[in-house]
Amino acid sequence: MSAVPEWFAGKARWSGFEIAFWCALAGAYFLPNIDIALLSQIFIWGLFAMSLDLLLGYRGIASLGHAAFFGAGAYCAGFLGKYGWGEPVSGLLISMLPAAALGWLTGKLVQRVSGVALLMVTLGLNLILFDFVQRSTALTGGDDGLQGIAVDPLLGLFRFDIFGRTAYWYSLGALFALFVFLRAFVHSPFGLALTGSRENARRMIMLGSPVEGDISIVFAVSAAAAAAAGALLTQTTQFVSPATLSFQRSADVLVMLIIGGAGRLYGGLIGALIFLVMKDWLAALSPVYWYFWIGLLLVLVVSFFRKGVLPSLETGMRGLIARLGKARGGGPPA
Amino acid sequence: MSDTVLATRGLHMAFGGLMVFDHLDFSLKQGERHAIIGPNGAGKTTFVSLITGLLRPVSGDVLLDGRVITRDPPQARVKAGIVRTFQINSLFKALNPLESVVLALCERDGRARPALRAVARESALIGEARGLLEQFGLGADALTPTQTLAYGRQRLLEIALAMALKPRVLLLDEPAAGLSTRQGHEVFEQLLRLSAGVTILFIEHDMGLVFRYADQVSVFAGGAIIVQDTPDNVRVNPRVREVYLGA
Ligand SMILES: Nc1ncnc2c1ncn2[C@@H]1O[C@H](COP(=O)(O)OP(=O)(O)O)[C@@H](O)[C@H]1O
Ligand SMILES: [Mg+2]
Repeated sequence: MSAVPEWFAGKARWSGFEIAFWCALAGAYFLPNIDIALLSQIFIWGLFAMSLDLLLGYRGIASLGHAAFFGAGAYCAGFLGKYGWGEPVSGLLISMLPAAALGWLTGKLVQRVSGVALLMVTLGLNLILFDFVQRSTALTGGDDGLQGIAVDPLLGLFRFDIFGRTAYWYSLGALFALFVFLRAFVHSPFGLALTGSRENARRMIMLGSPVEGDISIVFAVSAAAAAAAGALLTQTTQFVSPATLSFQRSADVLVMLIIGGAGRLYGGLIGALIFLVMKDWLAALSPVYWYFWIGLLLVLVVSFFRKGVLPSLETGMRGLIARLGKARGGGPPA
Repeated sequence: MSDTVLATRGLHMAFGGLMVFDHLDFSLKQGERHAIIGPNGAGKTTFVSLITGLLRPVSGDVLLDGRVITRDPPQARVKAGIVRTFQINSLFKALNPLESVVLALCERDGRARPALRAVARESALIGEARGLLEQFGLGADALTPTQTLAYGRQRLLEIALAMALKPRVLLLDEPAAGLSTRQGHEVFEQLLRLSAGVTILFIEHDMGLVFRYADQVSVFAGGAIIVQDTPDNVRVNPRVREVYLGA
């Protein structure tokens, strides 16, 4: 068992697939006829889905109201831009703070509930916030959205242009930075503890683990990452409306994560990619009915892949590699 | 009585209308190997859960070193050295034994939160986890997902997780449940070899194991401890034979 000492290091190491994946995202910019606006959307939704994955995939807590945190970040970035704080990077970071606090409180609130009750509490909080923002017309502009958001050039150099070039690199950069952070987070002992609580909270208590307090921490971190996605949307479009907080958004992000596969961070990104590319195609074919196809995809994925596209691909690949190894007369299957 | 580690005083427990104990006084001495026997439903598991704080009594107290801990949260009791295993395996199915034990060690040493430091950098704890798994004969299974381990291996992991915490008082709820007699003896031999200085309370149905490994036996029946004595005396006690041994 020479692999034992290397186990954790091996899990935390960047694989060739990962490096290739990020290079591909950066390289896509240079492809002819590429829709960089769509890709920017994928980055933002991917980050949002990744934030939900921390909660659902790693801690096993479902949230049906995750748009509350996305919207909190989006509006915070909007207010900053409107009232004179136009610097985008610091604006993005600041926008994560109120959502983190909101997430921490949500964690406190849901510590003792699970299952359907948990879905209802998170959904309820989402609806409350949505209603509040929609009604506070003086503050938020209501359904018309927040107007007059100014965003300074990125790093003082790159204006947010109408072609979305700066938006592309800014979203990709923010996504990557937060991904690196979340990746370190899930590979830390705390990440292991979250997985332990997902698997068996009672045993974690009997290991002396503060299971309930951890829920607040993971909610806060997840909410902050969701808020970063929201802030990115506001900053790259210079606009924010109550739609950022809608229940539809909460449902969509959950669908993306389930399609892509929960519990490996990349699942959210892959799910966002599949969802938004499909939406783009289908909406061009029949603008009204595209949710039919998304619904069908969801049903198929959940029925046949169970864990989502990415984990199934992984399993398939591993089986293939094992078979190839055997065919070559290699050692026993790994 | 200065060498009493753990005690209960007038413990009263009920689930709704169902009374489990009326008034339970119990004490466990430092270094003792104390067995609890009794028919199914006598409240043995409930008793362990009351001591560990997973359940709260209706009235009465649990004491550690003479200090009342009845209202302490379970985690505080674990930190104070009260550690249990479960009658039905209570493991981390998707994790492997190495990850499970490293997790237990991180929790024990307070190194689990909040952190961005990689688990891989906890090389001392990883080494300790490997050593512990080797001692329990789980070295070869260290990287096998727990859910695919054979039942007997899972039973060992159940105990290894508890031992990882370096308990002062170890509460074992039917550690040999579901094992063959030979496997049961192996588990106990392994355990006793590794637990010098640990006070052990174990629930056990197999009388062979009880009489071989316990130095005190308590017999739970009908909401009370009907007999508490040495294994030899319990074996010949007429009341025990009547309510429990059925002979
Ligand atoms: N969580 C619970 N809720 C309601 N009744 C319970 C619960 N746990 C145990 N009981 C009941 O309490 C009694 C004692 O159970 P238990 O402690 O598991 O017994 P033992 O371990 O001695 O077999 C049984 O009648 C059981 O049905
Ligand atoms: Mg029992």
